[in-house]
Amino acid sequence: MPKLSDILTPAENLRVTRVTGPALNRMLEMGITPGTAIDFIRQAPLGFPIEIKVRGFLVALRKSEADHIEVDHHG
Amino acid sequence: MKTYQRIALAGNPNTGKTTLFNALTGLRQRVGNYPGITVERKSGFLKSAGTTHEIIDLPGLYSLNPTSKDEEIAWQTLTGTYPFEPEPDAVIVVADATNLMRNLYLVTQITDLGLPTMVVLTMMDAAREQDRLINPQALQDTLGVPVVALNARNDAEVDQLKDAITAGNFATPGPLQWKPSVKLQKAINHLRTGLIDSNDAIPERAADLESLRLLAQDAALDALTGDARAVVVEARQMLEKEGLNGSAAEVLDRYNYIDEILQTVCAGPVDPRKSITETIDRVVTHRIAGPALFMGILLLVFQAIFSWAGPFMDLIDLGFITASNWLADTLPDGLLNSLVVDGVMAGLGGVMIFLPQILILFFFIAILEGTGYMARAAFVMDGFMMKIGMHGKSVLPLMSGFACAVPGIMATRGIENYKERLITMMVLPFMACSARLPVYALLISAFVPGDTAFLFFTWQGLTFFGLYLFGIVMAAVAATIFKKFLPGAGHTPFLMELPTYKIPAFSNILYQMGERGWIFIKEAGKIIIVVSMGLWVLASFPAGEPGMSSAEQLENSYAGQIGKVIEPAIEPLGFDWKIGIGLITSFAAREVLVATMSTIYSVQSDDEDITSLREMMLSDVNPETGEPVFTLLTAISLLIFFALAMQCMSTLAIVKRETNSWKWPAIMFGYMTALAYFMSFVVYQGGKLLGF
Ligand SMILES: Nc1nc2c(ncn2[C@@H]2O[C@H](COP(=O)(O)OP(=O)(O)O)[C@@H](O)[C@H]2O)c(=O)[nH]1
Repeated sequence: MPKLSDILTPAENLRVTRVTGPALNRMLEMGITPGTAIDFIRQAPLGFPIEIKVRGFLVALRKSEADHIEVDHHG
Repeated sequence: MKTYQRIALAGNPNTGKTTLFNALTGLRQRVGNYPGITVERKSGFLKSAGTTHEIIDLPGLYSLNPTSKDEEIAWQTLTGTYPFEPEPDAVIVVADATNLMRNLYLVTQITDLGLPTMVVLTMMDAAREQDRLINPQALQDTLGVPVVALNARNDAEVDQLKDAITAGNFATPGPLQWKPSVKLQKAINHLRTGLIDSNDAIPERAADLESLRLLAQDAALDALTGDARAVVVEARQMLEKEGLNGSAAEVLDRYNYIDEILQTVCAGPVDPRKSITETIDRVVTHRIAGPALFMGILLLVFQAIFSWAGPFMDLIDLGFITASNWLADTLPDGLLNSLVVDGVMAGLGGVMIFLPQILILFFFIAILEGTGYMARAAFVMDGFMMKIGMHGKSVLPLMSGFACAVPGIMATRGIENYKERLITMMVLPFMACSARLPVYALLISAFVPGDTAFLFFTWQGLTFFGLYLFGIVMAAVAATIFKKFLPGAGHTPFLMELPTYKIPAFSNILYQMGERGWIFIKEAGKIIIVVSMGLWVLASFPAGEPGMSSAEQLENSYAGQIGKVIEPAIEPLGFDWKIGIGLITSFAAREVLVATMSTIYSVQSDDEDITSLREMMLSDVNPETGEPVFTLLTAISLLIFFALAMQCMSTLAIVKRETNSWKWPAIMFGYMTALAYFMSFVVYQGGKLLGF
């Protein structure tokens, strides 16, 4: 499974498959739950943080968080 | 009809909570700290239909599971475990109608608390614009609590909310409306029968929640020992056998419930076509355009601070001079007169004169925050800031530092990670604050040639710019070093919401400006009064003999004596005892240097008249060597000293308040002053070697 941190270009058809790591709870609470569709919007100037869209809102994640989100492409 | 007197206001960040709070309470607000800790709180009074309600504004939060100090307070306040006050009589949860899915998460947690609750949906106007159809009645029916839908910026609609509050339109749904899955419920039951139901300290209505907390939070488990711990471990194992993790199971069940609710409550696109926000972001967070725009905005803000504030600063100055003159004439001659006029009023005036600049800065910050831009700046800058141990959100406090370090240090509260926050505070005073300006202006205009260097840049202008840059570079260097040597503060999740762009309401900008300005006056004013009285004693005693000029008197005073004592120590930097006196008196506030120099050189006209002071300084010669006291090299050494040294009591006091210990202000004072000494030493001695 690719990690969210491996995604480098905008993509609109990602789906969360697994979430782990020390920030697990907070990520789930923010709605990044397995099965949720996410859009990869862009990288910040130095590569990280990244901006994604999940459940209709925009959120920025650092590599330390994105490393713990596994995604696949759907549709 | 029951009236609910103390009502907590909770909600996600950026939901319009502040707007609502201001609209409900008007100017009947007070800002304070939560007792015992330094998280800020506001509470205000809503007077409506003859009743008074206290509205307690809780810090903005995404969840009741505390990951930050702010959230911990909110959790404690709502559960009545906050040691300093009883639990509130009711809760209003604010939820953003354009972002219901995530906002309802907190709503489900709060309705679990068993307190009388009301939900307020804000941004209804924006939701309509996005063609989202939201049915508040359906939401009310499913949640079992009253729902008021409004535009927080519309007074008439807020009035309806006021009526609902006065009418006591709250309801207490039973806990766990979101119906935990069978597996999770089993684990809860296990905990309740084995542990919680027999514990009288936990009220019945909180029992389920306490079970969930024990399942989800390792800290809660770690606090237990013996049998109690064993029961919790068992319950957790029950879940793990099912392939679940306590916290994940709860969150997923809540979101399932929310997805279900939304099907009946919402129609229209949940995720509308590319929003305006995303279009704007394409430029604002662009790899190249983003940082460039940010620099441009910074420049604009500085330009405004320095060009708009002038007349207001003159006005304040005039006010203080008038008041001082009046006091000098009115109070009986003698010590008290001098203490009030030369001590307190001079010190206070020296700080308050920066108020216009600070208010202008706050004005821009309020706009940048209110529009949602600040989160973008943090996004664009975070990559770089992280490399030097800070956070994208450090940008705002550091920016404030250019006006004054005190509000900047207060603004670090938004940074969740303690280490990043601490580093931001520790390097923030390197930002060239406005108190350094008069010092820079005096020295540069006196000693740096005004000729053109190239194009339309003059040496003086370049020196100014260089000093600003120097401060920034030193901050970055210091931050990198702190990053290496400070212990980590554990992992803090970095999940930063980028709110949709909005046009901020003017009244809210004014509110924020006023509120922060007042905190500045209070915090800095308090310190400066005390310190300036101390300095007054040093500069006024022992009292001179009759007939002494004020310069001789100052030379004779404790301050003058100390200046002479430290002369050998500062001589390698190129400073004589006169500058030594200046260093001592400017310890509390840098700009005092100018006034002290004026006194030393007996400049008879008022302090602001730099021209005559400049000439006196230029023509001063060392009586022994016959060489001028001030050379270009001395001036540069002094400039560097002022750029780096920690000479601001207010900053130290605020760092003490924010870190709750004297350790950090002590370290700050030590390392900055040592660095200043070292750099001035290197520059002065190096310059002499090179023959300057
Ligand atoms: N369109 C619209 N904008 C709102 C509403 N409520 C607040 N805002 C704006 O949303 C932004 C954030 O509001 P604020 O009260 O600071 O949110 P807080 O972070 O929850 O305290 C500000 O620019 C407000 O003017 C609303 O009901 N409708």
